[in-house]
Amino acid sequence: MEAINGDKALLSLQSITGNRLEIIRDPHFIYLTVGPDELLPLMQALKEQLGMNYLSNLTAVDYGEEFEIIYNLYAIPDNQQKFIVKTRVPRAQAELASVFSIYPTADWQEREVFDLMGIQFSQHPNLVRVLLPDDFEGHPLRKDFKKEG
Amino acid sequence: MEHWFLNIAHWLTSWLVSLGLAPVWAEVILLVGQWTCIVGIITLNVLVLIWLERKVAGFMQQRLGPNRLGPYGFFQTIADTLKLLTKEDIIPSQTDKLIFKIAPMFFIIVSVMLYAVLPMGQDMAVVNLNVGLFYFISVGSLSTICLLMAGWGSNNKWSLLGAMRSVAQMISYEIPLAFSLLGVVMISGSLNLSDIVQAQHNLWFILLQPVAFITFFIAATAELNRGPFDMPEAEQELTAGAFTEYSGMRWALFFLAEYTNLVAVSALAATLFLGGWQGPFLPSWLWIILKTYLIMMVFMWLKWTFPRIRMDHLMSLSWKVLIPISLVNIVLTGAGIEIFRWMGW
Amino acid sequence: MFTTDIYTINIGPQHPSTHGGLHVEALMDGEVVKDAIVHLGYVHRSMEKIAESRTYTQFIPYTSRLDYLATHLPTLGYVQAVEKLMGVEVPERAEYIRVILGELSRIASHMLFVGSLAIDLGATTGLIYCLRDRERIMDMFEMSSGQRLLASYMRIGGVIQDLPEEFFPAVDRFLNDLHGMIEEYNGLITGNEILQARCKGIGILSPEEAIAYGVTGPNLRASGVLYDLRKADPYGIYERFEFEIPTGQHGDCLDRLIVRIKEIEQSGYIIRQALKKMPTGEVRGKVPKLLKPEKGKEVYHRIESAKGELGFYLVSDGTEKPFRVHVRAPSFVNLMILPLISRGGKLQDIIANIATLDPVLGESDR
Repeated sequence: MEAINGDKALLSLQSITGNRLEIIRDPHFIYLTVGPDELLPLMQALKEQLGMNYLSNLTAVDYGEEFEIIYNLYAIPDNQQKFIVKTRVPRAQAELASVFSIYPTADWQEREVFDLMGIQFSQHPNLVRVLLPDDFEGHPLRKDFKKEG
Repeated sequence: MEHWFLNIAHWLTSWLVSLGLAPVWAEVILLVGQWTCIVGIITLNVLVLIWLERKVAGFMQQRLGPNRLGPYGFFQTIADTLKLLTKEDIIPSQTDKLIFKIAPMFFIIVSVMLYAVLPMGQDMAVVNLNVGLFYFISVGSLSTICLLMAGWGSNNKWSLLGAMRSVAQMISYEIPLAFSLLGVVMISGSLNLSDIVQAQHNLWFILLQPVAFITFFIAATAELNRGPFDMPEAEQELTAGAFTEYSGMRWALFFLAEYTNLVAVSALAATLFLGGWQGPFLPSWLWIILKTYLIMMVFMWLKWTFPRIRMDHLMSLSWKVLIPISLVNIVLTGAGIEIFRWMGW
Repeated sequence: MFTTDIYTINIGPQHPSTHGGLHVEALMDGEVVKDAIVHLGYVHRSMEKIAESRTYTQFIPYTSRLDYLATHLPTLGYVQAVEKLMGVEVPERAEYIRVILGELSRIASHMLFVGSLAIDLGATTGLIYCLRDRERIMDMFEMSSGQRLLASYMRIGGVIQDLPEEFFPAVDRFLNDLHGMIEEYNGLITGNEILQARCKGIGILSPEEAIAYGVTGPNLRASGVLYDLRKADPYGIYERFEFEIPTGQHGDCLDRLIVRIKEIEQSGYIIRQALKKMPTGEVRGKVPKLLKPEKGKEVYHRIESAKGELGFYLVSDGTEKPFRVHVRAPSFVNLMILPLISRGGKLQDIIANIATLDPVLGESDR
């Protein structure tokens, strides 16, 4: 894994995010790590400039102090580049902008992350629980969720 | 063999008269006897029919169908009936109780009434009505109301949807059903079912009126709420449509009535198009049974082959296809009759 | 002017045609659907949480229960994800066995799709024909693993055991009969006038919408997008096989049916090639008893399951248990477009739409 800076398109991504973009490349993916504030412009640029029109997967991991939110981006039908966009939000203020306006498929996937991990997505059209009942307390995929029995 | 049932009736009336009863009262008792027989035969026949339907379905689907109880699983329906009879009678609390309760009874009564005019053999109609066909169609259309009562009384959206569908469907199909029969009436010149049978002495009307037979058959399938037109029940969409809230014997009454209607309509088709009770060698009542069963097998064959049609397609089939065809058929039949008359046949 | 009331009816969770515990709240105007709201979670078993307290190997049987209609495919996706995470080599023979069983699972799933579409549209007989043929695949699964529905046959680094001898003549007979079965489906189901009337032009999904909403699998291909992960992003040994990717043109229910029927045929070709090329040898690579991937390593692996793109996102923390497992379930994402394609249609179209989207609730609810 090494940081790269040759790719023109990736460079333009750098400028969009105010040079706060960390790019790592491995045989499978290009990892883009970005702050929560620059997420939306980055996703917008990825979709419009690099043609990554397909958000395959959206999920979150609980790292204690922080949550990491992961977006897997591909292009249909051409699959040359594969991006993993990552961003971290603090546990105390788990809130992030919704990418629904760019990728409609984020609708339910964000609801699922909200449901199981408890991350608020602002500007989401309908952020309610999707798998668990509405009156469920807590977010089970958080590491501090108490398992009973 | 031919006159078994007539002889029994004659013997009964003359025995009653010899006991000193006025002939009018003897006739009334005979009528009651005939009705009892009809209801009994219907009930027993439905047992056979349900078994047959399941066997036909099994045959078409490459499986056995009922095969545990009795020879070829014949007693399965009897066991099922016993189960239904002993089931708890559940009436949901939010229903319109009166309508909910009487809907199945009305349905079965209407279905049994159809049998009054059917000639079940030579001179074997309970009532030899001169507007028999008209009576049959009018009484048959009453079952719409029973389904609407069931759907409305259940106070359930599925039931209501099923009921509304069935009302729309049955009223729409009433028209091609009646129109397709007009050709037969025009040729035979009578609404009396026995006369219509007599008119087919030389040639069955299915050969003279093939188009009418097909439109009648399609419309009858819709009238009977059988697949592919089983909108009111529509198991996969409306759970059980108008019958969703019914259980136990009340539900079984609907079932019974539907099969009773099936037999009646098949018998009507046999009467109008397949020469009724006429046929060589066998007694007349056996002929009508055979022909009725033949038509019922076709109904079953259709049901177990086709998917369910969509509601709006169903309506346009009636209004845009069947009604124009049957109207054209009436015109052509009229023209044909005139031409034959002109040729002096 | 007269106006009508909008009323809601609840299709499911107890309903004959919702393929499990699916609950669709339909806002109706007469028989016309104004909107549909999908409620999920009736089959939620918190699989992702369970995974965090199981070892990598112990989680395999759970994945079998994701898409229980194509049992080998989710297990395949999971074990390949772990293999990617660990860098495990899989013996050649095991790869071929995986392809054969995976494609058989796809055929089984698509057959059930055809049958359930038939019965959802009211043609009971169609279901029985499809179940009859699917039964033969279930028998083959039983031969190979002793289990019919939830086989859990894949292992990290291979498969649990070699295929038994009687498996090969059975699969051969099945492939010989496959064409006849498809003819029969086309005659009884696809070619039926009423079915065509109920499917043609119903639930149209445009390719743009399909991609935007992340729809994958046969549903996407029915909209005319040539995208199959077996070709677009090959995993395992799929590069070695020749097959076509059937696509539709209109993206309606009928196309979704036809694409799947054609896929059954293509899967048959793949199995034939795999049987021909299959080498002898080991079926399980050298894998330590207790798997401990590097700390902080993560992987996203996706396969073309019978329902669409099935992805596994694994994060390791250096212990024998995964730190986080996320399943990108195709049924879950595909169901999202149900309101979109149902709006403006009739009540009966919702049923056709649910059936042709082919969701498996075990997978979408996890």
